Order: sequence, then structure tokens, then C-alpha cells
Amino acid sequence: MKESVLEVKEFDFYIGKNQILNKIDLTFSRKQVTAIMGPSGCGKTSLIRCINRMHELVQDTKVEGQIRFYGKNIFEMDPILLRRKIGMVFQRPNPFPTMSIFENVIAGYRLNGIKLKKADQNRIVEESLKKAALWEEVKDGLHRKGTFLSGGQQQRLCIARALAMNPRVLLLDEPTSALDPKATDHIEELIVELKKTVTIVLVTHNIAQASRISDFTAFLYIGELIEYGSTQKMFTVPEDKRTEEYLTGKFG
Amino acid sequence: MKKSAIGARIIKDRLFTGIIFAFSAALIIPLIMILSHILQKGASSITPAFLTHLPAPVGEAGGGIYNAIIGTLYLVGLASLLSVPIGMATGIYMSENKNSKLSYFVRICVEVLQGTPSIVVGIITYLWVVKPMGHFSVLAGGIALGIMMLPVIIRSTEETLNLIPHSLKEASLALGVPYYRTILKVIVPSAFSGILTGILLGVARVAGETAPLLFTAFGNPFINYNILKPMASLPLMIFTYATSPYEEWHNYAWGASLVLIGFILALSLITKGVTRR
Ligand SMILES: Nc1ncnc2c1ncn2[C@@H]1O[C@H](COP(=O)(O)OP(=O)(O)OP(=O)(O)O)[C@@H](O)[C@H]1O
Ligand SMILES: [Mg+2]
Repeated sequence: MKESVLEVKEFDFYIGKNQILNKIDLTFSRKQVTAIMGPSGCGKTSLIRCINRMHELVQDTKVEGQIRFYGKNIFEMDPILLRRKIGMVFQRPNPFPTMSIFENVIAGYRLNGIKLKKADQNRIVEESLKKAALWEEVKDGLHRKGTFLSGGQQQRLCIARALAMNPRVLLLDEPTSALDPKATDHIEELIVELKKTVTIVLVTHNIAQASRISDFTAFLYIGELIEYGSTQKMFTVPEDKRTEEYLTGKFG
Repeated sequence: MKKSAIGARIIKDRLFTGIIFAFSAALIIPLIMILSHILQKGASSITPAFLTHLPAPVGEAGGGIYNAIIGTLYLVGLASLLSVPIGMATGIYMSENKNSKLSYFVRICVEVLQGTPSIVVGIITYLWVVKPMGHFSVLAGGIALGIMMLPVIIRSTEETLNLIPHSLKEASLALGVPYYRTILKVIVPSAFSGILTGILLGVARVAGETAPLLFTAFGNPFINYNILKPMASLPLMIFTYATSPYEEWHNYAWGASLVLIGFILALSLITKGVTRR
């Protein structure tokens, strides 16, 4: 295994009295794609939201155990700095409707009041859009509203927005579930390209997608981690019966 | 059998549509009558001199309503200055903390305030501001009108913010943007047109108020920019002129009414323009 970026140790998560995650142990390796799979409601979204502390937006939550980011306990870090290093892309594209494409990409800096020279802004926007494979499509209309783009383009814009902050980790929560097959292909190619520079955690319902682009797979079932290992191995010889049933489509 | 049932339904449908149409038309008729009446009576008074001159003493010809126009703008501007920041902040708080005890309490207060007769607001402001100061003032008038604008602004801010999708807030927070910046730079700008509509509605609501000004801004035959001194306003001037025994002053009252209605109409049109965007 390669150098680890994130370690989840004996991690429990509660919303109110409900235990959502139970004793999760997971390690995410640097510059690899880790897929998180499991039936609906098993806690995939909850897990990745805990990784950048977005779960704190929900009232009455409690965590036990640890998540370490480069060895540091994230719950002792400033959540604002943590979120700049661990970017997140949501299931539904959510560009800022009042902003142009350009402003959307640079939003992480502008909203944080970080002043940049015009030349630096242009460079960051161009680089981020190129990394998100959107540059060619929008370079002539950077000052149009981001919401005029197609769904797939909007999702890539959201990826560019997250990449502009130069994160170490990118959390993707079913980034293609609202997209058509062509746009999905596009995003998948993009993820493979992106792992050259960032560590990617990908929540997906799409078994074929996980097998195509992930290096590691974690299988969650009702808040528990059932199986975790290299994607190739898990998809050929799953250890647990439930994993096998899920992968062959018996439930999910 | 079936056919006739459908036939009956169609007839009922037509009848219903007809009734709705008739009522809407009935509503428009008095409205048009009022407007045309004011236009007829007031249009002849409106001359450049009428809009730019101070009132003339009784018996003297000429004179205008310049002080009242400036006064209304002054009062409404001051009322907005006082009520917009407070109203927006309250609306933001209520939308962000829907279930808190304070929100619940404020919501009730807003409803009560909205139903409070304007004359009561006037008397209260008289007791709280005019009496301690010892004289009428623009400030007191602005406060009275500001109190009347508050519920409109709070409600429209809260309701507009409630329509902003949660995902926008998440998008911003996930970029490491602090909470207060997320509210000020993402949520409020997204709700801008709705909030502005609320402000304009509030202004339109108070621009024609007479009762609260009777005890506060009082009136003034001259122009006055001192916030601590009394000042004229369109509704008050209409009231004084219309209740006077002089025929010429009645015409002035009509002219001033037309100006006031024109102002409110313009605001409504701007509001429509803003919401369409
Ligand atoms: N805000 C919330 N309040 C209460 N319970 C919640 C909340 N969010 C999630 N849950 C509960 O947590 C559990 C896990 O939800 P989560 O969204 O993590 O599942 P998921 O694996 O992402 O599912 P899906 O594949 O459908 O997106 C569910 O039982 C859900 O009911
Ligand atoms: Mg989910």
C-alpha cells in the first residue's frame, strides 16, 4: 500500500440517538481512487461528510473515534482550513447562480476574501478548468452565468471550483448520478486524470463505474464496513458473502 | 348519459370561469374610476412651478408642494435606513434558526406589528421620541415609518431566504468559507431581488401613511433638512389642504395626491421589473 493521506480509526457517527456509522476503519492512500459502495442509506454520504466536517451542519450529531489527515486529528483542526484542503463535490451540481463561470471557479478565494492579482486569477481559472476538462468548452464565454451550462458541464464546473483551492483530497458524492452516460464518461475520464495530483474518494452506486476507475473499494452495509481492499481483488474474489451479493446485484 | 354528464361539467366550468372573470372586472372598475378621478382633478395643478415651489400663503396665487415632496423622500429614506438593516438581520436570523424560541417569539411580534393600526404606531412614537425631545421632528417621523416597514422587510427577507436551496450554502461552506461570509456573500446576494422587492413594498406601504406622521413629523410650510426639526410630507399636506375651506387648496390636494400615487406606481413598476429578472 502507498502512503496514506487519511486514516479513519474506530469511527462512530451518531445523528441524535441513531448510530449511523459503527467502528469504521479505513485508510485512503495518496493519489489513488477509493470507491465507497453500499446499498442506499448505509452511510456513505455520512462518512465522506465527516471527512471534511460537513456533518457539523446537521444539528445534534456526535462522533467517536478518529479521522487523521496527514497524521493530524481533523476534529482538532480548524474546519475552515480543513475544508480548503479537502474539497467536496456534491451529488447535484450546485454552481453559484449569481456568479459567472469565471467567478464560480475563483469563488473559494473571493468568498474567503483572499486577494489575488488579476494575472493569478486568470491562471488559476484556466488551470482549474483545464484540469476539470471544461476549458475548451467555456473559454470563449467565461463571463456567462455558470447556471447556463448543461448538467454535466455544471458538475465539471463544480469540480473546477473545488480544484481551484488546490486540495489534497477530493470527495465526490455520486458525482455522476444526475448525468447522462456521455457526461458520465467524461467525468470518469477526468477522475482517472485527476488522480495524478489528488487523492480521490468516490461514493458511487454504479458497480461498473467503481470497477472501471477505482483502485480500492470499501463496501459499507448498514453503517458497518464489511470489506475493504483493492478493487481488482474485491471484484474477482470478494471475501464476504454480502459483498458478493451486492456486486452481483442481489440487493442494493 | 355519460355525454350529458360531461356536458354539464363543461357548463359548470364555463360558469365558474365567467364568475371569476366578472368579479375581477368588478374590482378593476372602481380602481379605474379612482385613478381617472384623481387624474382629472389633479392633472391641471401639476406644473413645473407646482413641483418646485413652496406653498403660498392663503389668498396668494401660485405656490407648490416642493417641501412635501422633499419631506416624503426624506422621511421614507430615513425610515428605510433604519428599518432595512434591522429587518434584514432579523429575517436572516429567523431563516437560519427556524426552530429557535427567539424566532418563534419574533414571528409572533412581526404578525402583531403588521396588524397594528398606523395611528397607534404614531402615538407610541410620539410618547417615545417626540415627548422626550420636546418637539416634532423628521427623526420621529422616520422612526414611526421605519417601525411600519419592519414587518414587511423581515417577512420578505425570511421568506426569500427560505427559498434559497440548502445546496448553495453547502457549496460555500465546503470551500472553507466561514459561516458569516457564506451568509453575506452567497445567500444574501442570491436572495437579492426578493429582499429588494420587500424593501420597495415596504416603502410603497408607508409613503402614503398620514396617521403616524401627524404626531411625529407634524408638517412644515418651509423646507427643512434638519433631522431634529419638523418637516412636511405629501400625505399630511393632502390632509391639510383637503380639509381646508379654500377651493384652490382642494386643487392642490388633488395635485399632491396624483404625485403620491405616481410615486407609488413607479415603485410598484420597479418592483415588478426587479422580480422579473
Ligand atoms: N440529516 C439527517 N438527519 C437524520 N438522519 C439522517 C440525516 N442524514 C442521513 N440520515 C440517516 O443516516 C443514514 C445514512 O444516510 P446516508 O445519507 O449517509 O446514506 P447513503 O449511503 O449516502 O445513502 P444513498 O446511497 O441513498 O445516498 C440513513 O439511515 C439516514 O436516514
Ligand atoms: Mg448518499
